[in-house]
Amino acid sequence: MAKIASSLSKQAGALLNWFDDRLPVSSFWNNVMTGYMAPKNFNFWYYMGSLALLVLVIQIFSGILLAMHYKPSALEAFASVEYIMRDVEWGWLIRYMHTTGASFFFILIYLHMFRSLLYGSHKAPRELLWVFGMFLYVALMAEAFLGYILPWGQMSYWGAQVIINLFGAIPKIGEPLTQWIRGDYFISDATLNRFFALHVIAVPLALLGLVLLHLVALRENGSNNPDGIEIKKNKDADGKPLDGIPFHPYYTVKDIFGVGMFLIVFSFVLFLWPEANGLFLEHDNFIPANPLVTPEHIKPVWYFTPFYAILKAVPDKLMGVLLMGASVGVLFFLPWLDRSPVKSIRYKGTWYKVLLTLFTIAFVRLGLLGMAEGTPAQTWEMRVWTLVYFMFFVLLFFMSPGGKTKPEPDRVTH
Amino acid sequence: MSSDDVNKGRRRFLVATTSVVGGVGVGFAAVPFIRSWMPSARAQAIGVPVEVNVQKLKEGQLLKVQWRGQTIGVLRRTDQMVTGLSKVDDSLADPESLNAEQPEYIHGEPRALNPQFLVVNMHCTHLGCVPQMIPQVGPQPFDANWNGGFYCPCHKSKFDLSGRVYKGVPAPTNLRIPPYSFLDDNTLIIGVSPKGAV
Repeated sequence: MAKIASSLSKQAGALLNWFDDRLPVSSFWNNVMTGYMAPKNFNFWYYMGSLALLVLVIQIFSGILLAMHYKPSALEAFASVEYIMRDVEWGWLIRYMHTTGASFFFILIYLHMFRSLLYGSHKAPRELLWVFGMFLYVALMAEAFLGYILPWGQMSYWGAQVIINLFGAIPKIGEPLTQWIRGDYFISDATLNRFFALHVIAVPLALLGLVLLHLVALRENGSNNPDGIEIKKNKDADGKPLDGIPFHPYYTVKDIFGVGMFLIVFSFVLFLWPEANGLFLEHDNFIPANPLVTPEHIKPVWYFTPFYAILKAVPDKLMGVLLMGASVGVLFFLPWLDRSPVKSIRYKGTWYKVLLTLFTIAFVRLGLLGMAEGTPAQTWEMRVWTLVYFMFFVLLFFMSPGGKTKPEPDRVTH
Repeated sequence: MSSDDVNKGRRRFLVATTSVVGGVGVGFAAVPFIRSWMPSARAQAIGVPVEVNVQKLKEGQLLKVQWRGQTIGVLRRTDQMVTGLSKVDDSLADPESLNAEQPEYIHGEPRALNPQFLVVNMHCTHLGCVPQMIPQVGPQPFDANWNGGFYCPCHKSKFDLSGRVYKGVPAPTNLRIPPYSFLDDNTLIIGVSPKGAV
């Protein structure tokens, strides 16, 4: 037995050598897994990135299967989705997987971004990492919007109507531009067909490319950590960071645990609560698209509502569109707006905790108000929180250089 | 060849001119792909004018028809509706329709060739929803002094019975009036201007 085993492992070693001479298999594994030293003090917030990657895989996998049954035509789209739900074997599972995955993607990404606000992961030398992440976020929003059109329900149709007409606010070129986007004088079969193409190939390719850039930029400087101090500053005699542990097996095991916990929550929603009371799948979208009847209350899916509330808060169309764009655009500049000498909230003064708390409340309140009917009182409340949202960035810029800080430790704490 | 022999100025010139010519080429080559997104010949053919018979329309009744995928409303207004239009002028953003998208031959408060018939593109000028007609005069949940008009459920924009927008609502301009004309007293055609008009 021992003889066979040793001969087998010898042969496996020879096979690996054969590959290593032709493809950098071992060195790649060593570079990104066993040889990559990550800070040893990661906490709960450090699950989100790998889980987002998992959801991306789930979306691509379920999306490919859905595309095999879905018909991107105004006449057949709605019926083909119902066909998937009722007649295709396990079709309901695949479809709910895709819709639940979309909402969970945003939950994870919002937590992932919040982690950065907590621990200053966007600060030097990780500015590009953050910027690639923001491009990913915008691409993800585009992907979600395009995908939302495909079931061709009432909310698909009228949501698209509202979003495409946002481009109409641009002076002079607005009208022709909306016509170019729609490929018709109104949202029609042509629009649906091209949105399908963008949703299944164009944007996913961009997403994958951006994920690659995001990961390469991450590994260039390594992960930040809850203390916001660079582990590369303290190295042992071999040049290894004293506060670093190999990514594999330590963090692969941690992430696998995270995957298990995540899949429990994900499965609960997927199997028992896929519509989430109209939050993940809106009630009006179970009615086929009808260009002649506008639903009483048009609202986007929950992950867009904070920005939608900012749009609704402004009584002027062009200004509203610009302000909504600015609310996403300003995030790109976060690394240069935060001028604090320390990264982590642990060593920033009370001023930052207050700012971040207000910003978080503003974002959540705007999200809730964006779903609401919109009474005049709610409009005023939206204006207040819109102001708070933008003031976060203004105050951050002016308060961060002189704001009170505590001394950072030399080594990470845990 | 040693690097001493390199004429850097000439090399820069060649790189620059090649880039410019290449860039222009890419620009031209992109045209077919960008143009392919425009409405196709079929979509344009479907966008032909629509005839509407208004004989059977009762007073105060709104008929919705589709033209180029847009919902066009034809409202037969009562005399009270037409005379009541001037009551709300003070609350309107643009009572004279100076900034409105409408044909040259449409003007004044009624905004119609025949004041009895309002022909209007029903899509809200804010984000394209279709407002509801609420013709009753009297307090409404959204307006205590409602004089009858159109109310958009999406973002609370209000328009009067000529499609003129109220002040302080998200919609920037009055509802659009499409080009139209009367073929005879009872038939109007949407998409064709009266003869001689632009």
